Amino acid sequence: MERKKSNETKARAGFPLPSSLSVTPGTERAQAAYPYYMQFAKADDERFWFYNSMHFPEPMCAFDMVTAEAAYCALGASNTRVHCLPTTKGIDYRIINGRVYIGGVAVTDPREIAERTEEFHKRAFYYYANWEKLYAQWKDKMRALIAEANALPVPALPALEPLENVQAGKGIASNHKLLEIYQKTLDGYFRMWHYHFEFLLLGYGAYMTFFDFCKKAFPEIPDQTVARMVAGMEAEIFRPDDEVKRLARRAVELGLEGKFADAAKVDDVLKSLEQMGPPGQEWLKELETSRHPWFNINVGDGFYHYHRSWNDDLSMPFAAIPGYIEKIKAGETLERPIEKLMDERKQLIADYRELLDTDEERAAYDQMIHLAHRVFPYVEGHKFYCEHWYTNLFFNKIREFGALLGAHGFFSDTEDVFQLTHFELEQAIIDLMTSWSTGSPPRGPSYWPAIVKERRAAIAKWATTETPPALGPVPDVIDDPAIVMLWGITRESLDAWLTAGDTADSRDIKGFAASSGVAEGTARVVKSVDEISRLKQGDILVCQVTNPTWAPIFQKISAAVSDIGGSMSHAAIVAREYGLPAVVGTGTATQRIKDGQRIRVDGGRGVVTILSA
Amino acid sequence: MNSTEHIGWFADIGLADRASVGGKAGSLGELTRAAIAVPPGFVVRTKAFHHVVEALEREAPVRSLVEALNADDLGGITAVSNTLKMRVQNAPLPRAVEREILGAHGALCGDAPVAVRSSATTEDAEDASFAGLQDTYLWVMGAEAVLHHVRACWASLYSVTSIAYRRKHGLPEDGVAMAVVVQKMVDARTSGVMFTRSPLTGDKSVITVEGAWGLGSSVVGGEVTPDRFVIGKITGDISTRDISDKHIEHRPAKAGGVCELSVDNARRKLPCLSDDELQRLREIGRRIERHYGRPQDIEWAIDQSGAILILQSRPETVWSAKERKPVAKPKDDPLHHVMTIFGGRR
Repeated sequence: MERKKSNETKARAGFPLPSSLSVTPGTERAQAAYPYYMQFAKADDERFWFYNSMHFPEPMCAFDMVTAEAAYCALGASNTRVHCLPTTKGIDYRIINGRVYIGGVAVTDPREIAERTEEFHKRAFYYYANWEKLYAQWKDKMRALIAEANALPVPALPALEPLENVQAGKGIASNHKLLEIYQKTLDGYFRMWHYHFEFLLLGYGAYMTFFDFCKKAFPEIPDQTVARMVAGMEAEIFRPDDEVKRLARRAVELGLEGKFADAAKVDDVLKSLEQMGPPGQEWLKELETSRHPWFNINVGDGFYHYHRSWNDDLSMPFAAIPGYIEKIKAGETLERPIEKLMDERKQLIADYRELLDTDEERAAYDQMIHLAHRVFPYVEGHKFYCEHWYTNLFFNKIREFGALLGAHGFFSDTEDVFQLTHFELEQAIIDLMTSWSTGSPPRGPSYWPAIVKERRAAIAKWATTETPPALGPVPDVIDDPAIVMLWGITRESLDAWLTAGDTADSRDIKGFAASSGVAEGTARVVKSVDEISRLKQGDILVCQVTNPTWAPIFQKISAAVSDIGGSMSHAAIVAREYGLPAVVGTGTATQRIKDGQRIRVDGGRGVVTILSA
Repeated sequence: MNSTEHIGWFADIGLADRASVGGKAGSLGELTRAAIAVPPGFVVRTKAFHHVVEALEREAPVRSLVEALNADDLGGITAVSNTLKMRVQNAPLPRAVEREILGAHGALCGDAPVAVRSSATTEDAEDASFAGLQDTYLWVMGAEAVLHHVRACWASLYSVTSIAYRRKHGLPEDGVAMAVVVQKMVDARTSGVMFTRSPLTGDKSVITVEGAWGLGSSVVGGEVTPDRFVIGKITGDISTRDISDKHIEHRPAKAGGVCELSVDNARRKLPCLSDDELQRLREIGRRIERHYGRPQDIEWAIDQSGAILILQSRPETVWSAKERKPVAKPKDDPLHHVMTIFGGRR
């Protein structure tokens, strides 16, 4: 009876039930490593879930799940208990085969909605009314949190307790410091995510309010046009690229342009600058100024430990410098024409306003865009502080633990540390602390290497296994503002997923129209930063995630295509500024387009066409 | 050359003269005055038509013959139509009318081809748009042919469809008159129509352009599936490009008039407009819309040198007639707008 019922549900919805998914054979132990509350259970069959490929496009190794954990803890708290969003609570998450599925918790009882609405007015409206003050305060809090993280020492174990500690009567021995640093590291990361969501849904909500108005008043307005009306011009996220331009200009001013050749090795460049005396050293000083904090920007969205930052790997900014130098020498302006861009934005807003039917509508439009402009600096700015700056500090601190444990034989590679959950890592640290105190060898070296090996193999297997885009019964209406806002999931997009198989062999790949214009060129499927040197002038960048790190290479390319991202993604914004066609959120471009193929990118329609076989 | 009693140059007329020059000529004059590129031309005023009909009335009844018809009596309408068309087509022109038309035609273009287009006083009126019911003759060459087609336009007012339409709507015959536009012919490489709002959604922020190779008659007559483009009115973003298989095109025939040619394979599936041309069309569309203060339905052509010429513009009537609730009203506390997102089922 029960089985029949599930079959009916499946037939109606088209998505498989969670219970019908099986763990890839041979990876059962790796799957079991994730905490029990992340594992699918029978009751989960009753609910709708979707694969969060936007934030977690690759299988999650055990440690990186801390990001899902901390983020959903904070997101839910903000929605459910802090601002009391009337119709939605938090987001539940599960993991199978390394893939993170999430599901909203809608509020449907009208009485509860009414009660929550009343609370929402007291709480969220207070935030809207005091936005600027609270956001200034937020930046202070965030900087303080970053300073705290920076102040944490490198975890280390001396052979003996330093004499001065003994003579100072300190009483607590150095091994305890490891636990303290680790717990503070973890604690800081969880706190950072609370700050991340302190304003986020309210900010998106205000933006969506204006967006929704525009879509009703102008049914065919492209998303990117609404985005252009709201986007700011001086968000922190533009700074890293601006700094690279500044460094290129300094290089020309100091007569160093010869040192920056295309495809030169970073270490060689740094060494030759160091050796050449004052001008080279002057430039290196400038580099340090730019790096802290602006090169704390990582090559992904900050959700994977291996999305390293520019500071960890200077090859991205360095790859951009020769191109910028050439432009400076050709007399081109590199600096973003802020004033002109602001004037264009103003004109755009005025022109659409003029098309409205009545003065009444114009007055409502004015009110909505005013609020959208007030909240947007946060929406654009928070990412640099949270997903980039703080996240880099966090993963690098964990790396220090990886190095320490590695030195004591736990791992053969520092990066192995990320194959442990954060609970397991604490165990390993306590193991090491114990061993230091007992004087016996730690147990870890004979325990972890086999597990690390097994988990690495599981991740590799999962990466090549297809996973359904959604699970469980499809709701009639997606009425969860959080899901609509953050993931752009609507009833229509689900229908598209259900029929996605039908169009798999077409030469067209659909995505979001992110920046208009049409370009044809050679596709460069770039999967990591190491590959950016392969991009030649006029190539079309095809990548998985688009993010601000890639900005400096936009000078070289003729168009951009990504698997993930929406019309407000940073690549979309940068592409619009460079006037390059861009299609983002295609889902499958890096899989379907082969490196070297000729493709056409139509950024106005959101279509990429494969031209050559 | 100056306008006269029976003919008016485009620069001398405007929408306000609709009663004496008809809707089409009034609009062409209005566009000319607004500095929109329109193929040059003149109108044969309704006064000329009145002279002719008055002369015919003196021989035998005209208007009363039509007014006596029942809208459902197709047989009766056909008989009257045949009679009146023949009479109008063969009526001699008053000397002054003939002299003025021939003078203007000579001044306009000598022997170059012209379009002779009917411009009825009821046509393009906002409430009773029956555009297209009257005839247009393309690629007319020589003075004799012009005179012949001016009379043919007049006669088209007595076609079966025109008469049936007037009877059905109870339009009085003495309010009906026909002016005729004589306009330099555009040797069009590409022609088509554009709407300064979306015909699908009514969105005023986009311009929809449809076009095909050759003269516009193939698009207006629905004989070819045109390429279709949707352009952001303000941004210029091209959000839709449906390039169709344009298997035929209308081209001028050697002996005058228009012939249908098949389009060679290489050209059939090529876009008939470049991005630059689309942007120029958008600019012109915006200017015309601003001039009239409301969305327009525009016919255009691009000549062999790449110049864009406007052949017609009339107010869009379908969406403009619809009542629409305001999308949102201002609120005392603007923050309450966010409840459209947070407040539940939308």
